[in-house]
Amino acid sequence: MARLIEVSSKHPIAPHVGLRELARGFLKIGLFGFGGVGPMSRYVIVEDRKWMSEKEYATVLGIGQILPGGNVLNAAVIIGDLARGPAGALTALAALLAMPLAIVIALALVYARFDTVPQVATAIGGCASAAAGLVIGTSCKMAWRIRPGAVPVVFGLLAFLTVGPLRLSLIPCVLILIPLSIAGVWLRHRYER
Amino acid sequence: MKDEHLLWRIAATFASLSLVSVGGLPAVLPEMHRQIVNVLGWMDDTTFTSLFAIAQAAPGPNMLVSSLIGWKVSGFAGLGIATAAVILPPAVLALVIGRILKDLGNAPWIGLAKEGLTPVAIGFFLAGGFVMSRAANHNWTAEAITAASALFVFLTDQNPFWALAGAAALRLALGG
Repeated sequence: MARLIEVSSKHPIAPHVGLRELARGFLKIGLFGFGGVGPMSRYVIVEDRKWMSEKEYATVLGIGQILPGGNVLNAAVIIGDLARGPAGALTALAALLAMPLAIVIALALVYARFDTVPQVATAIGGCASAAAGLVIGTSCKMAWRIRPGAVPVVFGLLAFLTVGPLRLSLIPCVLILIPLSIAGVWLRHRYER
Repeated sequence: MKDEHLLWRIAATFASLSLVSVGGLPAVLPEMHRQIVNVLGWMDDTTFTSLFAIAQAAPGPNMLVSSLIGWKVSGFAGLGIATAAVILPPAVLALVIGRILKDLGNAPWIGLAKEGLTPVAIGFFLAGGFVMSRAANHNWTAEAITAASALFVFLTDQNPFWALAGAAALRLALGG
């Protein structure tokens, strides 16, 4: 039987990857993942520590992408589980979050101490405008890279309009748009063959 | 509201958001803003967008904006509860689904699902940026900063941290 996932091969993950190695690798990913942990995660897992091949990592990340939650967080759980079962999953998750969480707490404390200083409020206000722009620019970049056809563009625009300008609740939009969009893809593949 | 009720409310809010975060956190920004600012009234636009900006300036998964919101609403207990609530439900799901998928045969629907999800997720991300810009910007300078930082990530592969630092410096130089 053809296997779905390359990782279900006999050696999905390098045998030396124990709990300590998982902790070390994911600490590194969390610590250096400025502006999102995606690129750093691939670098550490595939190139730096050589836990899995490029293809195996892509497959695990692909599963992480279709599940809710952060893609890299999901991939960390699956990779930790592959290496050392649930204890590995927990170790990977905790290690990935430890440094960023410590930094966020430190920033929160600094913010609480200085948020009444007008200059700090001004600077953070500027950051907030820029942060919104980062999300907009990243979304446009992703859309540009996949060069979607007419049908995906319609679904993308519907998703934007309903929860953006129209401010509808996300949950019904997810439950309606995603099945329809997947059905659209399925139909297209079916009739193109 | 009693503290215990507040913590339950935080847990329920972030756990439900975590399960509809298609493709990651940016997709739930509009709903998170709607719930926390408009429905629950836990903070105003300025505080919400400031916390988001702080989370963006830190390394690591951007889910951590939830930790900051929890902290702002209910101190360190709120921080712990919000973080656990946003991280654990998808993690348990990933553990279970990851194991199920390993045992299945070749399933082309993973590719189909991803292909169908991606455009919808990007639309939600864009809506997240739109909602954050409406909440953060109150003048033309602010709108210009949003536009410039959007162009910065669209046109270059530089670290987005520079857009945040540049925006802070610019606003300080302009004196507000």
